[in-house]
Amino acid sequence: MGEEVKLIGARGSPFNCRVEIALKLKGVEYEFIEEDLANKSPLLLKYNPVHKKIPVLLHNGKPIAESLVILEYVDQTWEGASILPQHPYERAMARFWAKFIDDKCMSALWNACWSKGKEQEKAIEEANELLKLLENELKDKKFFGGDNIGLVDIVADFIAYWVGAIQEVTGAEVLTKEKFPKLFEWAREFINCSIVKEKLPPRDHLTGFFRIKLEAPDTLKYNPQVR
Amino acid sequence: MEEVKLIGSWPSPYGYRIIWALNLKGVKYEYVDEDLSNKSQMLLQYNPIHKKIPVLVHGQKPIAESTVILEYIEETWPHNSLLPKDPYERALARFWIKFIEEKSPTFMAFYVAVGEEQEKAIKEAREQLKILEEQGLGDKKFFCGNEIGLTDIACGWMATIDVIEEIVGVQVLDSDSFPCLHAWINNFKQVPGIKEDFPDRDQILAYYKHKRDMFIASTSS
Repeated sequence: MGEEVKLIGARGSPFNCRVEIALKLKGVEYEFIEEDLANKSPLLLKYNPVHKKIPVLLHNGKPIAESLVILEYVDQTWEGASILPQHPYERAMARFWAKFIDDKCMSALWNACWSKGKEQEKAIEEANELLKLLENELKDKKFFGGDNIGLVDIVADFIAYWVGAIQEVTGAEVLTKEKFPKLFEWAREFINCSIVKEKLPPRDHLTGFFRIKLEAPDTLKYNPQVR
Repeated sequence: MEEVKLIGSWPSPYGYRIIWALNLKGVKYEYVDEDLSNKSQMLLQYNPIHKKIPVLVHGQKPIAESTVILEYIEETWPHNSLLPKDPYERALARFWIKFIEEKSPTFMAFYVAVGEEQEKAIKEAREQLKILEEQGLGDKKFFCGNEIGLTDIACGWMATIDVIEEIVGVQVLDSDSFPCLHAWINNFKQVPGIKEDFPDRDQILAYYKHKRDMFIASTSS
């Protein structure tokens, strides 16, 4: 049976990365189409007319948008390692934490990394509260998913990798070994997983991109062109 | 049979989502109404992260966040399916649930706005509702076809938008511009399980009118 899987994305995006990790986990072959977000293609506008954002998964010509929706779709459609746990209660907990990361952590961490002065102090305080909750949730597990990566680990890719790159550029100290030893260790384990490592954008690409952003402060508001 | 408890706070639309889902599944539950100005120890114990309602407690285990609870209900009581079986259709159902979640503040901003800001809020709400009307619902009876599902439940608050419109004195979801959503509202309110547990119009009119009056008073002094 011929199966066509394409991913319209942008390699610097953590939302895009989530989907690439998931597809790799399931051993799905796909064609990657890099989108220039400053100049959106007719393809993207056709397949995600509602939000006009990446990533968009195309499975046999049918588009699915929103990274969390795509992750659930990938888990349900293909055999292989599970992204979500089996038991309904465990699944609910995974979805709860994934939502927590998406709704609260992404923008708070972004702001904590990029803001300055008094605003940054307040932003870091807020980020600390959220990271503490994640640190507690991790407990003594290697990953949020247990022995293997799962939904929450994948959704937290921004925390594991992007935050470190931004910190390198701005000098912000949001996620450090001293403040959050478990989370720090989790991040290290996560980015060193062979499946994840292969799909992360090169560190110097990210820092290069963020250095440019540092020079253009009006682009710093949290307004992801990606989902 | 494990005990099911729902902690809500009338007339929260998020609480109603869970009431409706449990009704559609025929699940018996104990309802506990929470005074949000004086949160109980029970709520703080069961939802320490957000301290919000609704919270479903099933056999002592709490689940928070209405869309997470809805998925849990669907998976725990799989009869009377509320999500399509087909993975693609299921993804679409979830896409629109997410859209409704994200756009809720936009849909309802006109309720808390006045003057020029209100005009802007109405315009933006109508733009997003147009997307829901044309791309989400189209001419289907319910969001996923002929049967009610989680997407409809997530959108259920819209069935009382006429009350808000009356209070504010504007029309946002008119039947000429939104014939499909209007038809959907009528169908939604008739579904057994929704019909019996639908908020009383006079009661919510009084509640939301009072809230808006308080809000206007606090912003104009």
